[in-house]
Amino acid sequence: MAAVSAVLQSEWTKIRTVSSTVWTLASALLVTVAMGAALCALLQSTFDDLSEAERATFDPTFVSFSGMMLGQLAMVVFGVLVVGTEYSSGMIRTSLAAVPQRATFLFSKIAVAGALALVVGLATSFLSFFLGQALLGEHRTTLGADNVLRAVVGGGLYMGLIAVFSMGVAAMLRSSMLSLGILVPFFFLVSQILSAVPKAKEVARYFPDQAGSKIMQVVPDALNSEKAPYGPWGGLGIMLIWVAASLLGGYLVLKRRDA
Amino acid sequence: MIELEGLTKRFGTKTAVDHLSFQVRPGVVTGFLGPNGAGKSTTMRMMLDLDNPTSGTVRIDGKHYRELQEPLKYIGALLDAKAMHGGRSAYNNLLCLAQSNRIPASRVGEVLDLVGLTAVARKKSKGFSLGMGQRLGIASALLGDPEILMFDEPVNGLDPEGIHWIRNLMKALAAEGRTIFVSSHLMSEMALTADHLIVIGQGKLLADTSMADFIQQNSRSYVRLRSPQREQLLDALHANGFTPVEAGGGTLEVDGATTEKLGELAAENGLVLHELSAQRASLEEAFMQMTAGAVEYHAHGTNVHGADGQGVTAPPAAGPRWGDTTKGA
Repeated sequence: MAAVSAVLQSEWTKIRTVSSTVWTLASALLVTVAMGAALCALLQSTFDDLSEAERATFDPTFVSFSGMMLGQLAMVVFGVLVVGTEYSSGMIRTSLAAVPQRATFLFSKIAVAGALALVVGLATSFLSFFLGQALLGEHRTTLGADNVLRAVVGGGLYMGLIAVFSMGVAAMLRSSMLSLGILVPFFFLVSQILSAVPKAKEVARYFPDQAGSKIMQVVPDALNSEKAPYGPWGGLGIMLIWVAASLLGGYLVLKRRDA
Repeated sequence: MIELEGLTKRFGTKTAVDHLSFQVRPGVVTGFLGPNGAGKSTTMRMMLDLDNPTSGTVRIDGKHYRELQEPLKYIGALLDAKAMHGGRSAYNNLLCLAQSNRIPASRVGEVLDLVGLTAVARKKSKGFSLGMGQRLGIASALLGDPEILMFDEPVNGLDPEGIHWIRNLMKALAAEGRTIFVSSHLMSEMALTADHLIVIGQGKLLADTSMADFIQQNSRSYVRLRSPQREQLLDALHANGFTPVEAGGGTLEVDGATTEKLGELAAENGLVLHELSAQRASLEEAFMQMTAGAVEYHAHGTNVHGADGQGVTAPPAAGPRWGDTTKGA
């Protein structure tokens, strides 16, 4: 067995020596924070126009995370590129010749990239929260309020898990282009559209992004949204099952297929 | 020492590698020769455990590749030149490989210096020419100072100076007692570098022999004669137990004779000779004849006479003539 610590160090070098790491993670952070801030500012000025039900279930924490819908796409790109460029560049053969133990190779890569995505995700989440609350004025909440800290930490977990899920998918499909071609439309369009269609939403709420984002809600039926059959941690659990499945699939493909 | 035992690889119904068994021994350069599509690269990928064999095994010093601790210290390989991340510098590409096998970072500078890439060490490798990419791949193979080195078509894309350099490098590495396994589809290239030869065609082993034996067995040497007194010369040759063969253009070819012997014979009989030369059939022709039935991709359209496979024994019309037929006189 190649020493795991050596492989982790090697994977860290791989990540920090390509420019895509910086621009994808920076986009994730900036887009999320900026879009969240813009929506908070908008809602602050138009709060009185909201319906009574919407005002009653106003969730200032969740509102400050509005940018994640777009920002998560940059996390998807980061996750896909970390794994996918091994294949598109042909580096995978060199990498596997150096570390032939498939599990050590894949999971070291995902551990390093996942940890980095998690750190950036948490920074994004806290920044979005504080900036959003500052802009919400009298409608703001605080980190000390019930369940708010759970939601903010959960936002970071969600961003990290989206990246890890994408890494597993890229390992299964062995192509950056194919993975992005499936994941981006899925998270940006399919999941969002289906969640608005009456019958389809019963299924769509079990999608990784729909289930996982539940953890960011402080008010259960925030802004008059529908009740889900699972709580915040249940939702995160469903997302974790998706992540585990994608990692297992990615590992099996790497183990069985010729490099 | 690399040992292959009954190594087989099938892609669907097509057998790319068919029960290959041979050994690659230390201290010599072993050439791995075969026409395009013969299964050389597939075999090498299986040796590195990149492709899973359908059946059979490869052992490196008695172990499976996946069992090797820090494999770059055992075996270094150049498979394809561009198997690096183009957005990363040459130095960083090698650094992440070195770190994964606990090779000190100082070694990265050493191998870059060895292959002559120090000046571009901090440049992104996507801007590299094929030759520079090849050198970077060779640097990565040398990184762990391994006992076994594998090169797949290492002279591809190298300029004459680079080809000369890689030949000498391989010889020097073998002289240090290392195992060198190098593939090529050019017999002439192998004749210059390899001590031992393994020839495959359509995935099957065709020859496993020393280079000296291969040359002796496969290159027919003969003497070519031309004389205005052709009939008397034929009589004289027959009288002395030679069996001349008519070779067109009024020339005769005599197997198993020396120019000295035949020159003296002509003088004794008072015959005028216009040509007396020692000839040797090229190794390239011998190789093409050996693999004729096993060539994967035939070139059609040239005047191929008769059945399938016959035309390929003719030398390629436009291709360079490696190891010219005339070797002195």
